[in-house]
Amino acid sequence: MGEPMKIRATLTGDTTEVKVLMTHAMETGQRKDAQGQTSPAWLIQTILVTWNGKSVLSAQWGPAVAKNPFLSFRFKGGAKGDKIVVRWIDSRGDQRTDEASIA
Amino acid sequence: MKPSTLLAALAGIVVAPLVWAQGSTSDEIAKYRAALQDGNPAELWEARGEDLWKQKRGPKQVSLERCDLGRGAGVVKGAYAELPRYFADADRVMDLETRLVWCMVQLQGFTEAEAKKTPFGSGSDRKSDLEALTAYVTSESRGVKMNVALTHPKELEAYRVGEKLFYYRGGTHDFACATCHGEDGKRIRLQDLPNLMTAEGAQKAYTSWPAYRVSQGELRTFEWRLYDCFRQQRFPELIFGSDGAIALTMYLARNANGAVYDAPAIKR
Repeated sequence: MGEPMKIRATLTGDTTEVKVLMTHAMETGQRKDAQGQTSPAWLIQTILVTWNGKSVLSAQWGPAVAKNPFLSFRFKGGAKGDKIVVRWIDSRGDQRTDEASIA
Repeated sequence: MKPSTLLAALAGIVVAPLVWAQGSTSDEIAKYRAALQDGNPAELWEARGEDLWKQKRGPKQVSLERCDLGRGAGVVKGAYAELPRYFADADRVMDLETRLVWCMVQLQGFTEAEAKKTPFGSGSDRKSDLEALTAYVTSESRGVKMNVALTHPKELEAYRVGEKLFYYRGGTHDFACATCHGEDGKRIRLQDLPNLMTAEGAQKAYTSWPAYRVSQGELRTFEWRLYDCFRQQRFPELIFGSDGAIALTMYLARNANGAVYDAPAIKR
């Protein structure tokens, strides 16, 4: 169970802009610790975003994504008060779902 | 094409990018910071800190909501802009981090060692509650003018000691803080260093901490900044919450008076 995300969704004209901050180590599996042991990979692999239950973004992430990732995207449509739900699933099977309303 | 023209053309190609790279490195870093400003992960620390502030914790199972940061019990808004300050209950000048430890001990019943256990976090398995709490409290002073008082004799004393420390040369490199931070245009690698001897430099530097360090993936507080400066100077380790750390913070915070506080920020 990860930590809460920060989600902001704002409507400008007919476009909704969604910004998400996530807390995650995003360990690449390439780094070594002080003892020379490789730190095993631990990454968010799947991102799913829905708007009122309808999928607006799904992505597969890998080791090139930074620690504590920031995701920003736009989609056509949306109205104030509509529900945006963001969900991530990581390589350990851990997952987190948070939601926000379009402002 | 004559050989000379060809040479000139080639020279043009080679020289142009070099000039560009030298002239605008700091501009490009500024642009990079501006691009990151929008999604500053420091917000994640602020959110966790706010949660910690309101949670009932410690042996006494109380929250920090009655903690007096100088503007009365529980007042967080604008508190950081007036710190460090003298606290009569502790009979000591304290900076924010020290005051948070004090509240965790006095209100929540933690031992001092427990409260100070992880002053600086590293990775997801060693998170620092103090860094998160600091992020939350400082965020509540964003947009407030720095207003650090030197009215109590102990506040004045801390300022004077801080000033001494700032100019004190020592360590294997015979460095003082002023060695790097006492002249315009100094830098470490590609990072411009603020000239803390000018009001403008001190204001710009102090009001931008704490900050999320992208290269470390961590939020760093002002105590961490001092701690790491001491390490880079090859000074003995600066003890967290020590009189020395507070005095230096006092000196730099007071010199930033009048500037609008604008952090937690984001840095390379």
